[in-house]
Amino acid sequence: MPEPTLRILIAKPGLDGHDRGAKVIARALRDAGMEVIYTGLRQTPEMIARAALQEDVDAIGLSILSGAHMALVPKLFELLRGQDQQDVRVLVGGIIPDEDVPTLRDLGVAAILGPGTSTDQIVRAFQEAVRAAPATP
Amino acid sequence: MKSVPDLAERVRAGDRRALARLLSLIESDDDAGGTELARLFPHRGQAHVIGVTGAPGTGKSTLVNRLALTLRSQGSPEVAVLAVDPSSPFTGGAILGDRIRMREASVDRGVFIRSMATRGALGGLALRTQEAVEALDAAGFGHILVETVGAGQAEVEVAQLAATTIVVEAPGFGDDVQAIKAGILEIADILVVNKADLPGADETVRALRAALDLGRPSRRGTGTVRRETSWEVPILRTIATRDEGVLELAGAIAAHRQHLESSDEAADRQRLRAGHDLALRLQEELAARFLKRLGDPAWNEAIEKVASREVSPRAAVKELLERGTE
Repeated sequence: MPEPTLRILIAKPGLDGHDRGAKVIARALRDAGMEVIYTGLRQTPEMIARAALQEDVDAIGLSILSGAHMALVPKLFELLRGQDQQDVRVLVGGIIPDEDVPTLRDLGVAAILGPGTSTDQIVRAFQEAVRAAPATP
Repeated sequence: MKSVPDLAERVRAGDRRALARLLSLIESDDDAGGTELARLFPHRGQAHVIGVTGAPGTGKSTLVNRLALTLRSQGSPEVAVLAVDPSSPFTGGAILGDRIRMREASVDRGVFIRSMATRGALGGLALRTQEAVEALDAAGFGHILVETVGAGQAEVEVAQLAATTIVVEAPGFGDDVQAIKAGILEIADILVVNKADLPGADETVRALRAALDLGRPSRRGTGTVRRETSWEVPILRTIATRDEGVLELAGAIAAHRQHLESSDEAADRQRLRAGHDLALRLQEELAARFLKRLGDPAWNEAIEKVASREVSPRAAVKELLERGTE
């Protein structure tokens, strides 16, 4: 059986209009053989959770530069749990202050990828996050 | 692959997560997907399947976004969108970006959007897309919009699975010769000139009109059945970004549906589609069985011979067939 193709949702929640980083990551994941659903700017947690469900993704990569992560990430996890999507892994990239990292980790964020993370490291982080995901009962 | 019990029942009951999972099983060619789909097969045949194709940049996704919302506002309880994009032939990966232009539709609870990569298999687009459409159909959607990149074969394939095929053009995308070359007249039930506010829109409409007036020699690509249709292909102007002309497009789709149902064309098309589908499945199954029996060494040897131009592909296939059926 060949390796299953990973499906990844790359989403840009919040109000900042800068998605260069998200696009670089999307390309890197594609070049690693993954299918990347890219949803564009200013996505609400509701939109992200719905897209993840319809697209049946293995993981969600959130690119957050606006500083709103402490509001957006808990909301997304709440929605995912409510939709029986707790097996979907969530990775966060962008500018995340050190003091917020433990809280995000406790919520269930699989990896936090700050500025300066190489694309190779990002690809590996997604692969490892999905591999570590519990199987759906 | 993550398994889900009673997938077919849950899909029928309107569980969208189960549907999403079934679509993944279908895409990855998982046997469980085939089994569940077979259980759903009797329940399909209710949806109106609409193919939307055309060159990249003509505004298909934006148009599909508006069309989905218009169909909803006209009382369609639920609309599904299947957006097909190509996989990279080098890495197998894909960036599926159609949702960017479907923002409004994506927040409508009655619209289900699924992106699908071609995954590069020979004939795979047709087979997997067809199966995905069957799953969406059995899941109870009234309208299924299938959007493909208008790159050659895909156009013909989408026409074979759709009841109504919309070909989207935009001003500045080639002259009338291009229109004829691309074969769009054979597959289009409705022609749309999108971005109709751009200069050159009149010329595009005129070129399409002239090409249509030259006549439509045959229906439906494969040439196994040639028949005339009494349907007059309309040419509509839209500006999808401003939601202009979309209501008229929805009207033309409804008129075409009525035309199909009031003539024997719907049944003819069903038959053509079934024949096409069976032929594709047979090809795939036969090729898989044959290659399995033949074994890798003989296959690789043939590849080497053709690559080094020792034998022609035709001769190599003949030789393979002789070896494999001994």
